[in-house]
Amino acid sequence: MTRELAMTVDTVGVADATPDEKQPWAELGLKEDEYERIRKILGRRPTQSELAMYSIMWSEHCSYKSSRVHLRQFNEKNPRTPRLLAGIGENAGVVAIDEHIAVTFKVESHNHPSYVEPKQGAATGVGGIIRDIIAMGARPIAVMDSLRFGAIDHPDTARVLPGVVDGIGHYGNCVGLPNIGGETYFDPCYQGNPLVNALSVGVMPRSRLQSMQASGAGNIVILLGAKTGRDGIGGVSVLASATFSESGEGDARPSVQVGDPFTEKLLIEVCLELFDAGLVVGVQDLGGAGLTCALSETAAAGDGGMHVDLELVPLRAKGMEPHDILASESQERMLLIVDPAKAEEVLARSHRWGLLATAIGTVTGSGRLVIDFHGQTVVDVPPKSLADEGPVYDRPIAEPNDLALIAVDRAETLPRPSTDEEIRQTVLDMAASPNLCDKSWITEQYDSSVFGNTVLGAPHDAGVIRLDERTGVGIAISLDGNGRFARLDPYTGAQLALAEAYRNVAVTGATPIAVSDCLNFGSPEDPHVMWQFERAVTGIADGCQKLGIPVTGGNVSFYNQTGRDAIHPTPVIGVLGVLDDVARRIPLGLGRTGDTIALLGSTAEELSGSEWAAVKHGHLGGVPPKVDLDHEMKLAELLARLAGTEQLAAAHDLSEGGLAQALVEAICHSGLGAQILLPEGVDPFTYLFSESSGRVLVVIPRGQELAVRTACEQRGLPITPLGVTDANTDGLHLRDHFDLGRAELEAAWRGRIGARLGE
Amino acid sequence: MTARVGIVTFPGSLDDRDAARAVHLAGAEPVGLWHDDAALAGVDAVFLPGGFSYGDALRCGAIARFSQVMDAIAQAAERGMPVLGVCNGFQVLCESHLLPGALVRNAHLRYRNRPARLRVETDRTAWTRRFQAGAEVVFPAKHGEGRYVADEATLDELERSGRVVFRYLDNPNGSMRDIAGVANEAGNVVGLMPHPEHAVEALTGPSTDGLGVVASVLAHLSGAGEPQGANR
Repeated sequence: MTRELAMTVDTVGVADATPDEKQPWAELGLKEDEYERIRKILGRRPTQSELAMYSIMWSEHCSYKSSRVHLRQFNEKNPRTPRLLAGIGENAGVVAIDEHIAVTFKVESHNHPSYVEPKQGAATGVGGIIRDIIAMGARPIAVMDSLRFGAIDHPDTARVLPGVVDGIGHYGNCVGLPNIGGETYFDPCYQGNPLVNALSVGVMPRSRLQSMQASGAGNIVILLGAKTGRDGIGGVSVLASATFSESGEGDARPSVQVGDPFTEKLLIEVCLELFDAGLVVGVQDLGGAGLTCALSETAAAGDGGMHVDLELVPLRAKGMEPHDILASESQERMLLIVDPAKAEEVLARSHRWGLLATAIGTVTGSGRLVIDFHGQTVVDVPPKSLADEGPVYDRPIAEPNDLALIAVDRAETLPRPSTDEEIRQTVLDMAASPNLCDKSWITEQYDSSVFGNTVLGAPHDAGVIRLDERTGVGIAISLDGNGRFARLDPYTGAQLALAEAYRNVAVTGATPIAVSDCLNFGSPEDPHVMWQFERAVTGIADGCQKLGIPVTGGNVSFYNQTGRDAIHPTPVIGVLGVLDDVARRIPLGLGRTGDTIALLGSTAEELSGSEWAAVKHGHLGGVPPKVDLDHEMKLAELLARLAGTEQLAAAHDLSEGGLAQALVEAICHSGLGAQILLPEGVDPFTYLFSESSGRVLVVIPRGQELAVRTACEQRGLPITPLGVTDANTDGLHLRDHFDLGRAELEAAWRGRIGARLGE
Repeated sequence: MTARVGIVTFPGSLDDRDAARAVHLAGAEPVGLWHDDAALAGVDAVFLPGGFSYGDALRCGAIARFSQVMDAIAQAAERGMPVLGVCNGFQVLCESHLLPGALVRNAHLRYRNRPARLRVETDRTAWTRRFQAGAEVVFPAKHGEGRYVADEATLDELERSGRVVFRYLDNPNGSMRDIAGVANEAGNVVGLMPHPEHAVEALTGPSTDGLGVVASVLAHLSGAGEPQGANR
């Protein structure tokens, strides 16, 4: 076998001897000038393995070649904060919580694989983001997910959605992480390109922060975890970096990896044990691009080079060639850099958990990444040329031609319900619509309480996790996006998503401190998409600068388009906040009977891009609601203050569906009723369904009304009393207009997802 | 002397830390046991926590049954040591034949996570003597394979001998006769699917009823006379 391979392997020597050999660079997704650059870097043609490695590392997915020029804005505009311990460019951003504890969090997409093979695609998306968290030195403590599907009654949604939810649930449940919330939306634009964005968060002592550097000549390179198979070959270059064809020919399923959460659980425990024992010099997870990425990134980040004997990699498939081994995206693997004196102990501790650990190479001082296969050199490259010096494109940008036309097609001019009976019916119809209805069919498939630290989970505005049982310190996280607003105006739409995630965190009483983003867009080769991308990134960067919270990392997902149809630009924003004492968090609900219900913020006639326009008219036009980040900051400061003094019994962010939906959710969640009197002179329909930003429904305990009102007035924040919580009111009583009994409300709101999927 | 409650970690155990917290909050000392330990480190009782031991390979609990620590636990249980199995721990106890019956895929075929209302059917076990028979408790139930099944004769015998320990008030998985938990004949070994260790703090759980389960075993170990609700 070895002898036979030796005859056929494309070594550096062979490459030198056969400079004119024709190579499949185009098939691997490389452009001609990119191929020429590789030849120039190496001074010869690349070997088959090298070509595979460059094609992977220079793919859109790994190199960020189209987005990099725009993402620079994050570093340029990020506010400086002593909390930021690791930022963009690391596996995940790390922020300090107090003098002892730090958290790391990141959101990442696994969109294309989840369409091709929903369960495994989504599952490995969760697995991948968890390993990013481990690689920073943290124990993963929770996951969240932001999902977007096509129309709920499209037959393919019944294939994709249950599979995705099963995958997220299966992986997260088996690896033992609570799912603390997220979002699920339906829109026909995601029919052929569903979005599966997964977030994970981890906690660590600040001293345990790990590095991805392969430094110190003589140190040992250890591959930890699962065996390497043929799965996922071409994942990043085939699936993630190209547009689905309209005909849908070919079966891309072999490009999707298969996940094993059991092995991931062992990886977590073993890695943390090794970190705590001080046995690890450097660590990197293997995700998209497998060994290729992990070897080149650790070598590039280190101070020398690396030598790897590829035949030492444990394989689960026969006959794998070096370029297969390098490109495999087999899951549940980590790369460790270890002091030779400690290598023995690392192997022993791994084996105690039944986890495979194999020394496959050493750190060298050569400045080169050299990979041998059965004694023959198949790769000899400068590692930075793979990891850091990929192509960078400043792609053409053009404002979409239809934007001006869309802007004047305002939803504010659409026919509206006029009678009380029509408005009443609209409340019910909206509550029953796919984007607003109860999502427990999905969230009940996720464990939410493992670890025993989940203080708030779905359906709260943000998930809240306790970090330290002694001090009560904890974090809140929310994940939000709104593709419709971003389609109407990507700059404002991205800021609206940022503002909503920020507000959702603030609504729990937490103080927002950091951002992670997942930028889902169509093809970067389309100048209109590139324009959307540039505008959205600028919106986020400007917004974070204003709010004083840094973007700590994230992910770009391009090519979410089928043929010429791109998805709505969909920046999904994760905001992390800190709570000094999670016992003081503000929940969703209606507090106690007799409490005052009030609205913070002001309501304008803003219906364009709203859920009402989509549900009732299938309409998308006009300009999105205004964003006022100064107002958001004041609101967040107020909410944190009132949480600390326990002057709010409940709070709920107003977003899709406006005030009407916020009331429906508070009522259904609390078991109490609400007596509401709308302010004099307002148009009931507008007041109930407008999606003006910067608003929060609050419930004020008896006796605190004056204090809360004064606190608002001091900050110049509008507060409008709306009514009272009442145990004897059946559901929603909207004085002078209509009554909506609890049974009718719950019948509309609950059970819709399963019913629409035919379950 | 505080009672020492051993908590077993199999590769793939997930709720071992949570079980330790529950034991600690109830006033006992949690002691970690490893799946290939041959001895039980002098513990007074054993808690088999939830999770996916050995990745649930073959069948839930099927591999864990053959672990070294399970041999020691089976011998100790025989001698009367209190043993509690929750979720995957319950599955392990059934696979080990320390408890009758089996846990199979939920009737609706999905993993489901909901707070479960349960009735404590008996106070005559080591793990429920601090409850009143007939009391209602709320523990989170979250599993894909928690439908309790056994043949009719076994079920009749369990009912007759008062070994149905917990019963669902809203059966979430299709379990036969709404059974959520059962005991062995001696009443020292109890298994249930819902999670008492996730109902120990008002801040994080649907109730604090779970503390009563650990409190029960502490009362049992201190030999505190008859079950509290014994009025038959």
